[in-house]
Amino acid sequence: MEQRATDAGPPAPQPAPPLLQVNNIEVVYNDIILVLRGLSLSVPKGEIVALLGANGAGKSTTLKAISGLLWGEDGAVTRGEILFEGERINGLAGDKIVRRGIFQVMEGRRIIADMTCLENLKLGAFTRRDRGVRRDIEMVYDYFPRLKERTGLAGYLSGGEQQMLAIGRALMARPKLILMDEPSMGLSPLLVKEVFGIIRKLNRDLGITILLVEQNARMALQAASHGYIMEQGKIVLDGTASELIGNEDVKEFYLGGSEERRSFKNLKSFRRRKRWL
Amino acid sequence: MNLFIQLMINGLIVGALYGVVAMCFVLIYKASQVVNFAQGEFLLIGAWVCWWLLTKQHLPFIWGFLISLAFMTLFGVLIQIVVLRPLIGEPVISVIMVTVGLSIFFQALMKWMFGVFAQPFPKIFAVTSVNILGLPVQSVYVMSLGVSLLIMLGFGYFFKFTRMGLAMRATAYNQTVAASLGISVKQVFALAWGISAMVSTVAGVVVGVVNGVSSGLSGYGLKVFPASILGGLDSIIGGLVGGILVGLMENLANFFDSQYLHWGNLYDVVPYYVMIVILMVKPYGLFGTEDIERV
Repeated sequence: MEQRATDAGPPAPQPAPPLLQVNNIEVVYNDIILVLRGLSLSVPKGEIVALLGANGAGKSTTLKAISGLLWGEDGAVTRGEILFEGERINGLAGDKIVRRGIFQVMEGRRIIADMTCLENLKLGAFTRRDRGVRRDIEMVYDYFPRLKERTGLAGYLSGGEQQMLAIGRALMARPKLILMDEPSMGLSPLLVKEVFGIIRKLNRDLGITILLVEQNARMALQAASHGYIMEQGKIVLDGTASELIGNEDVKEFYLGGSEERRSFKNLKSFRRRKRWL
Repeated sequence: MNLFIQLMINGLIVGALYGVVAMCFVLIYKASQVVNFAQGEFLLIGAWVCWWLLTKQHLPFIWGFLISLAFMTLFGVLIQIVVLRPLIGEPVISVIMVTVGLSIFFQALMKWMFGVFAQPFPKIFAVTSVNILGLPVQSVYVMSLGVSLLIMLGFGYFFKFTRMGLAMRATAYNQTVAASLGISVKQVFALAWGISAMVSTVAGVVVGVVNGVSSGLSGYGLKVFPASILGGLDSIIGGLVGGILVGLMENLANFFDSQYLHWGNLYDVVPYYVMIVILMVKPYGLFGTEDIERV
């Protein structure tokens, strides 16, 4: 969206501010290790936005910075700000941020192995006190009928079922924004397809905004409307999903689809594209 | 034979109390990874507070009891917030030394405030006895067993069905996961200490009613240690079973010692020997969990 609109004339319809706005944040672990260096991104309401990049680029750190889960790893946002619905949320504890409506589905599912499916789902609704919880459990079972059949401990579910439980648990919190960290990790291609189908469906049916971190760039860009590409703690490229899919560099490095190139002679790495200030 | 049955019943009753205190001990360990060597002092302080309210303030039993429960819950929460919260992330050994320090401090404080002699509780129930297997058992003992069972059921219900109980289990499982679900880990820590202190107070008052209040009460804190390690340090059920086992073993040892062996003092040491043997066979304790892992 173009921010530098002309400020003359009658009250032009202001572009709605994005649901989540990350402005130039810097994240430091253990007081010395600089992981994110001036990262900015914005997630418009009702969209799926993909955040792509190689291992160690800082994708998960970005999500944890947003959801306030850095404290467990001795990390902190030292500069910049994170705005959710126009309010600054960096510095808030993770549990407070969940109450604002941001829910993170962590990498590797992280369901509670020694509880049943139902208990896991109930815990997803921990922050809610309304009476709709029972109805929402039924809704989750509608999305994931397989979970209803499983009455044992969640630790014994298959990888795909655990991922579905993790997503179902997120739904129980009725979040406005779900941060998904590698939902395809460790799943078979068929299950990956199923999971992405569900992600789209949630976005479409429930209007939940999703920020998606993925290794599987092709799947992510097919589901997303907008994408960001990260390298070494910075955003190096961003654009609509179709722009990114068409981009030669992205093809080269993330989609792995360009057939012609067989040599690594002309390999280049992204230079930083300055996008803030 | 009569003596044997008598001692077994005794063991069961005392063991159930050990079990309750061991559950409290495990609760703190599970929720906040602190081995609390001051667990016995929770019994001691709770019992003294209740005794003070009943005999010096002349409150009726039920009020004195409820007020001491409320006081001790607050006490547990405050200890967590003031003393242990700043130690989060510090080495385990420092935290253990702090709880040992708390134990010594509060033992001395109680002696200073209430004296070194055992004090009886005012009579709450008319002392009668009921017949169990043809043996007369004092009604206070039956009450003690009943209270222990009630507490155990309460724990079971709390962890299985209540929102905060589930939150505590989630925190015990993984603190980051718990935070990602919107659970305030700090609150859970404080709550665990509060509940632990409160339930220990119930046990302390029960023992006080049966035997009188004295500094011997903090000995429960030591007995609880083999009980919960025996059962598995991270299992609430394990603490319970371990407690009952320790109670039974003590009395069994007492029986054989007094009847046949005449070595003296087996009563006190047998639980520790059995703990060592069990740990040699099952290093996680009887019910301690190794992680469920899908490979």
